[in-house]
This record gives sequence, C-alpha cells and structure tokens, in this order.
Amino acid sequence: MLTKRIIPCLDVLNGRVVKGKQFANLQDVSDPASMGKFYSQEGADELVFYDITASSEERLISLEFVTQVAKEVHIPFCVGGGVNTIEDFTRILRIGADKISVNSGAVKNPELITQASRKFGSQCVVLSIDALRNEAGSWNVYINGGRVKTNIDAIEWAKRGVLLGAGEIVINSIDADGMKQGYDIELLKAITEAVNVPVIASGGAGTLEHFEEAILKANVDGILAASIFHYKELSIRTLKQYLSQKGIAIRQ
Amino acid sequence: MNIIIDYGVGNLDSVQNGFKFVGMDTLISSDPALISIATSLILPGVGAFGDAMDALKKSGLIPFILEHVSKGKYLFGICLGMQLLYESSDEYGLNQGLGLLKGTCRYLDISFKVPHMGWNSLTFNQPSNPLLKYINERDYVYFVHSYYVKSSGQEIVASTQYEINIPAIVMQKNIVATQFHPEKSGTVGLKILKAYGELIQ
Repeated sequence: MLTKRIIPCLDVLNGRVVKGKQFANLQDVSDPASMGKFYSQEGADELVFYDITASSEERLISLEFVTQVAKEVHIPFCVGGGVNTIEDFTRILRIGADKISVNSGAVKNPELITQASRKFGSQCVVLSIDALRNEAGSWNVYINGGRVKTNIDAIEWAKRGVLLGAGEIVINSIDADGMKQGYDIELLKAITEAVNVPVIASGGAGTLEHFEEAILKANVDGILAASIFHYKELSIRTLKQYLSQKGIAIRQ
Repeated sequence: MNIIIDYGVGNLDSVQNGFKFVGMDTLISSDPALISIATSLILPGVGAFGDAMDALKKSGLIPFILEHVSKGKYLFGICLGMQLLYESSDEYGLNQGLGLLKGTCRYLDISFKVPHMGWNSLTFNQPSNPLLKYINERDYVYFVHSYYVKSSGQEIVASTQYEINIPAIVMQKNIVATQFHPEKSGTVGLKILKAYGELIQ
C-alpha cells in the first residue's frame, strides 16, 4: 500500500541550514547533508531544501550543498527557492536533486512548468503555491515569499499547473503558517478534489492531531513541516507511530 | 568493473552514490571499449520510453549491451531501465525495447493517482531469491512511474500493490531489474544493491 509521506523542510542560506521565524532571527544550525541524514534516519520519507539565499551570485555557490546531500542521503529530495529558468532545472537535477519546486517563477512564467516537465518528466516538477484566504472565501495566490498578492485564484492555479505538467502540488496556507492551529482543511480539500496528482500540505501543524486531520479529512498525500521538527517539538518517529496507530498507511 | 551506462538519461550520480555506499565501485561511462570488458552493467533511466530508446540507439551501445548479456554477465536495469529490457511499450505510441525479457510495458490505467509516486511495500513472489537476502517482505521502497510491466510473471521476484499488482523486482538468469529506485529507497534499497554486489561476485 502506498504510504502517506512525511516531509521535513529545511531552509538553506548560503549553503547552511538556518532556523528562524518569518526570515527573522536566523540562526545557523548545521550543514544540509548532516541535517538531511539525520531526518532520513529519523524516518523522513522525503526532504525539501528551500534555498533562501538572496543574491543570485551567492546562490550559485550555495547550491553546491545539493551535491553533498545527494552523496549522503539515499531518499528522494526536492530543491526549491528562486528557480526561474530551465537552466536552473538542468543544473539542480544534474547535481543530484530528484524534484524541483517552483513558485513565483512559475506564476511569472507558466511556460517553465511545461518546458521542465517535457524535458525531465512531470514527476520532478513540483508546483508550490502560497495561498491566502480573501473576503469572498476563496484563496489568492501570493508570490515572492508570500509578500506580493496576485489576482490568481489558488484552486484554478493548481488545476492549470497540473494541465501545464506539474506532477505534484504543495499547498501552503499563509493564514495557517506558523500559527500551529492546524492546517487549512477547507483549502486542502478544495485542492485534492480539484487535481489528480499528489497534494502535499504545508503550514499550520502544531500537534499530532493536526497531521492526522489533514490526511483523513483532506486526503492529502503528504505533509510538509518545518519548525515543529526543527525545534524538536515533535520527532518524525513519534509522528509516524501515532499516524500508524490511527490506521493511516505509513512507512515505519 | 561495474559500469553505469551513460546515454544521457537519468540521475547517474545518485545511482553511483548508492553503490558506493555498499562498497561497490562503479564507473559512469558511454565507452564501448569499457562496456565490453565490464563485469556488470547498470542501465538507469528516467523519462519517456521512446526518448530513452532513441538515446540508447543513438549512443550505439545496444550491440555491446546485448553481447554482454549473451556472455552470461550481469545487467541491472533501474526504473525505466527495467522497462527497456522488455519487448515493447505503448508509451506515446508503440516503441520497441531491447527484448531481453518477454513482456510489454503498459500505462497504469487505474483509478488511483498516476504516476505511482512514493513509498510502497514489497510482496515476495520468490522468497528465496538472493536479491532479497537482506530485506523482509513488506519493506518499503520508492517508486515513481506511470507504466508497468505486463509479462507471464515467471521472472518476477517481488511485486507491489497499487490497485493492481505491479512487478517490482525481476530476475532472469543474469538479468536483474527493479521498477523502483533502490538508490532512493533508504536502507532497504541499499541492501538490495549489496545483495546484487554479492550476486555478481
């Protein structure tokens, strides 16, 4: 039976894993390969590295961590952050990443999804969507790290992304992110009902029950979380045991 | 010498890293001279069947691969590299494969989400096969594919369930292949690579 995936997400700045809230008070914690190895041993099903390096020049150097991760981690991993061109795709996949996540780059240039999926297969093109609920009760897509609002409807964008060639959708609720009050189940449900590719929930987990709820109520295929794992509020092992006891298919 | 065949398709470094971890040195190469003296060949692959076959034809390596196998030396196909070993695939029109194994590749025409992507468990069809030496039934491995092998089933060592039965590990004499990515399947995958390393000794 195909299992639900638990995916820790790591922020990388200039080649180092950092912790911090809302890009503030960043603390250097470790190198990406050691952290990746640690989570892999803890039972992570996949890893995501977001490169938050600001300048493109520094970014070239920063991405060297991908080579190191590929050497030491033997589970799939995805790299995201500032991927805007097909050349970025080629380079990052060549040095060992399995998937690439696109966000603002795809909103500005949707053709990027099509080009990348034709060239490398849809399985490695992940469309990451930052969504914020509006007064009408639907969700707008935000770009540039959630700072810039667009008039694009998040559900429509997910559907379009899949038609263009995205093989997976990561949906991050800006409302829920960092609040530890649970995932935006309504948003997740709207997405899983709209597309036929795997949907990964992101943003809002604070307790074991929140993970369970996203899987059972919104039928997501995987869960991505950052701070709850990094600050050791919850270990992946404990989470997997819990979900398994609830009858959810989990790789132990 | 173990050669990972480089025909411009697939994430070769990850495959090499996996083998390296279990103490097997491999060389990534497209050199016919090296391929003809290899003890074992590894055929990786991602993407579409037709594109990969075209790339393989263009590389001029097919006769060398077939000769290698006819000498009784080991060949390990991974993911699309497994499908290429069969007679044909209907991915984007009918394409001929290498025909080393009897069977065809078909689209996963099921109600579940396609591609079949993620960790799925193994059921053993041939529990005493040496490739399974270090792993257990119901261990999980990582799959990413939209097509699957349909064959008489005699070569199937292990399979997985995703609405239908999908061949996961196959072996026929000196030909070995996995539909999943052993190099991305954590410790379970590495144990399969280790068993392969012992098999070719």
